[in-house]
Amino acid sequence: MSEIKKNLKGFSTFPHDTIAEIQRSAREGIYQIRGLGAKRKVPNFDDLVFLGASASRYPLEGYREKCNTSVVIGDRFAKKPITLDIPITIAGMSFGALGANAKDALGRGASAMGTSTTTGDGGMTPEERKSSKYLVYQLLPSRYGMNPDDLRKADAIEVVVGQGAKPGGGGMLLGQKINERVAQMRNLPEGIDQRSACRHPDWTGPDDLEIKIQELREITNWEKPIYVKVGAARSYYDTALAVKAGADVVVLDGMQGGTAATQDVFIEHVGIPTLGALREAVDSLKELNMHRKVQLIVSGGIRSGADVAKAIAMGADAVSIGSAAMIALNCNADMYPEDYEKLGTAAGYCHHCHTGRCPVGVATQDPELEKRLEPDLAGKRVKNYLATLTLELQTLARANGKSDVRNLEPEDLAALTVEAAAMARVPLAGTSWIPGYDK
Amino acid sequence: MNFDLSKKTLSEVNSYLQHIDLKSNQRDFVIKNPLGNHALCAGLQDEIKVTIKGHVGYYCAGMNKNAEVTIEGNVGTGVAENMMSGLVHVKGNASQSAGATGHGGTLIIDGDASSRCGISMKGINIIVKGSVGHMSAFMAQSGNLVILGDADEYLGDSIYEAKIYCLGKVKSLGADCIEKEMNDKEIKHLSALLEAQNIKADPKKFKRYGSARNLYNFKIDNVSNY
Repeated sequence: MSEIKKNLKGFSTFPHDTIAEIQRSAREGIYQIRGLGAKRKVPNFDDLVFLGASASRYPLEGYREKCNTSVVIGDRFAKKPITLDIPITIAGMSFGALGANAKDALGRGASAMGTSTTTGDGGMTPEERKSSKYLVYQLLPSRYGMNPDDLRKADAIEVVVGQGAKPGGGGMLLGQKINERVAQMRNLPEGIDQRSACRHPDWTGPDDLEIKIQELREITNWEKPIYVKVGAARSYYDTALAVKAGADVVVLDGMQGGTAATQDVFIEHVGIPTLGALREAVDSLKELNMHRKVQLIVSGGIRSGADVAKAIAMGADAVSIGSAAMIALNCNADMYPEDYEKLGTAAGYCHHCHTGRCPVGVATQDPELEKRLEPDLAGKRVKNYLATLTLELQTLARANGKSDVRNLEPEDLAALTVEAAAMARVPLAGTSWIPGYDK
Repeated sequence: MNFDLSKKTLSEVNSYLQHIDLKSNQRDFVIKNPLGNHALCAGLQDEIKVTIKGHVGYYCAGMNKNAEVTIEGNVGTGVAENMMSGLVHVKGNASQSAGATGHGGTLIIDGDASSRCGISMKGINIIVKGSVGHMSAFMAQSGNLVILGDADEYLGDSIYEAKIYCLGKVKSLGADCIEKEMNDKEIKHLSALLEAQNIKADPKKFKRYGSARNLYNFKIDNVSNY
């Protein structure tokens, strides 16, 4: 058979995975639901490079000359803005999607590096509040677990309008993950397939959002920074509307951003890549004279210090990581191969967060699987990962002659592809050409 | 103690009411000239009584805990949204999303409530003496919505475990919402809700609606309802 296959020509329109998906649909009659982010390749930060120093720029000495990484978040209106030691935060991931140990570990790792973590579509757990030095409390359409006491305990509040993996869609948490504690926090029956609302129950547009933000500020004595999170869709206008509504911070989540569970068709076909969305958001802030006044946090496909540096050079104030933080916890680690096999997958390919059978104990509510994630050790891995990102970020900033990472600028970048040059609006390497941009 | 919102700022009034000196005996407050302000009495925490003399804007008494707030006028969007406990009494009409996501306490609306009344409610009791607009009790999780008037279309769409009692006509029910038996236990339950607020109505004349629970788990046979 293998000899025959060597000489066969496959269908470019119907590769093996497409054939398999059509046949799965024909058997089951329902769309595929899965976790994590887009698997398709899209223009991304790998398509950009830093120019570094040369005769026209001089570098800073690595390890000797300081390179500041701290950033103040939320000083537009909030009485108590927060100062992060590093411009890398942990994105919102719900208790329910993740187990309590995973949430705890993220808090420990983030706190050790002086940065923030974020709740999710399930409310605030005591474990994550205790372990998180800075905790951002999400106000989501579902309002699961939302209460004024936790609102006041938070260090910042994030109004979630959308998410990069599914702009325009609500969350899903399938019944196998709705155990007694999750059900109680969400006020739902155990074992149901829970569908979160896709839009807020008590406001419907930017004018309403402005009033909603006013209410949140009134309840919290105008102390907490208010973030508005949008999925990457119409980023120029969404950013402008968030600013108009009174946000201290805009969080922009590109299409590579992950989710606990949603339709595959949503993940792969709705929203735009982080690269293009980021440039649009920065344009919007600059046009409003709000760049660096309203902070911009970018997420969706951030993996390395190079990604962080490029995002900041394009105009972000900080980044947020979700999937990569889960991977630091051991998501997709090459362990427990028999458990991956039971899910019909293997390490490196797993996107089965929705099943609740996470082999490494990250995205599960199963007590036995959760034991595989020890919060102290996992928290140290998150800390180490954040430290590595920070060192890489500083290395690149110094190489470009910057004593503060936020001094990185688009002029430090070149693009390797025409698409990336157009999206990021930086010249194609070796040219001064930016497609579609007439100076 | 009186506040005049034409002379004090919204934040001054809210902050005072949110941080009552519990050593003092002052527990009754009146707010004059609310002037349609938004977020008035949002985030109250203590067992105090506040009477608002006039109309208010959005999110009046939002996230209320313990307090008893009476509005002698109409209210804008999201009155008593996400209320945890206490009592909010609207003497006039309410705009959309009244009592949205409320976890506890009681919201009484003497007039009508607009669309999405009780949307995503999570344990609150809402009593509307007039009628409610379309999509009321949408995705309602728990608690009770009592309607003495009529309900517009798609009542209780995608409802979970909340209970709806309606005395008047229901234009249409939403997905997975069905009429349920009004047995002795339910009559007793509704009687208690009405009596607690001194509302004179015959519980036996109400119809009850709740979840058919057919959409609780994804099934291909229900695809037309998703």
